[in-house]
Amino acid sequence: MADKNACMTCGGRGGLCGGKGIATLKEGVWTNNPLAIQVLGICSALAVTNKLSNSLVMGCAFLFVCVGSNLFVSLLRNNIPHRIRMIAEVAIIATFVILFDQFLKAYYWEMSKQLGPYVGLIITNCIVMGRAEAFALQNPPIVSIVDGVANGIGYGVALAIIGFARELFGSGQVVLGNLVLDLGYWYTPNQLMILAPGAFFVFGVLIAFFNLVKGGDGEEDKK
Amino acid sequence: MNSFGYEIWLAMVTCFAAVFTQNILLTTFLGMCPFTSVSREVKTAAGLGGAVVFVMTCTTAINYWAYKLLIYLDLEFFRFILFIIIIAAFVQFVEMVIDRYSPKLYQSLGIFLPLITVNCAILGASLFMVIREYHFIQTIGYGFGAGLGWMLAILAMAGIRTRLNESRVPEGLRGPGITLIIAGLMALAFIGFTGVLS
Repeated sequence: MADKNACMTCGGRGGLCGGKGIATLKEGVWTNNPLAIQVLGICSALAVTNKLSNSLVMGCAFLFVCVGSNLFVSLLRNNIPHRIRMIAEVAIIATFVILFDQFLKAYYWEMSKQLGPYVGLIITNCIVMGRAEAFALQNPPIVSIVDGVANGIGYGVALAIIGFARELFGSGQVVLGNLVLDLGYWYTPNQLMILAPGAFFVFGVLIAFFNLVKGGDGEEDKK
Repeated sequence: MNSFGYEIWLAMVTCFAAVFTQNILLTTFLGMCPFTSVSREVKTAAGLGGAVVFVMTCTTAINYWAYKLLIYLDLEFFRFILFIIIIAAFVQFVEMVIDRYSPKLYQSLGIFLPLITVNCAILGASLFMVIREYHFIQTIGYGFGAGLGWMLAILAMAGIRTRLNESRVPEGLRGPGITLIIAGLMALAFIGFTGVLS
């Protein structure tokens, strides 16, 4: 936790990552939410959020991969040669993605088909890689797990919000297992929300909302 | 010979579909990260787009045979790791070749190559190729078309964003927010192509 290794993503804000538990948790879920604030890893966020259930499964997949890869990168952080660390991280992440993919295929075949290639694409999700690179490489395992959980939850919550909005306005009702939330007959479902443009619109509005609530501290030069 | 002609025809249709009706960026959302971050200037967007077209065409073709090998060995689940390693190795290789033989090209294209390894559109194209069970020639058509479609989208976006510099955007939407809204409008336009091929 030496200072010269200040965290890449939050270095500008006094290195909150250097702290422990709660600070790390808050960082991942709210102040530095991977989706809404950093706008990373949006490919899968847009693609799988046409239904709430899909979004939740994707959130779980992400949580699992992020925690697993953070833990193992952190455990091995003193043994990975600096020069090949990227490929080592990718191999670790890909292992966890394969595990989850096989699990889905074995027990939830329908879901696996709906998610298509997007489970596999977690490998190239910048957030997982970014957390491994910026956090797990410099921190002990326990804190790294917390960081993984925080980012997983932050990502999952943002996904769930988008998924909920799109399914609700797109088909007029949200179905999750046995629970059904119906808007009633007065509402005419807007198919557009389920199609691609709806994803862009909802996500754009979500980002705007997060920025406004946080009070936009110099978002001008965001990537 | 006739069936070969049919294959070529199929590849062309797939290519057209990949550019317009199933644009990899606007309908399947792949490659969004560079799309939001590199689309500030038309020139850089064009450079990155060109690199993506080239790398995508080649890696889908290589991955096609790699996947055949995996099926032969009964190791399909291994494909994620194999694909990403092939992509990374290929990009590295191209970078070295360009650096050695054409410094001029390296100047304009080379800086974009490392970015491409983490572009999910490249891996995504390979995965779609597997899921949709394309034949080899069709795969080449698909890889080329998908890359071209991505380039088209990022070029258009760069053009729009240059104009956007002079307009006033609501506070919260500045930066990535407005980019996504514009992308949504573009996706809306591209939906108009649906039904061209049926």
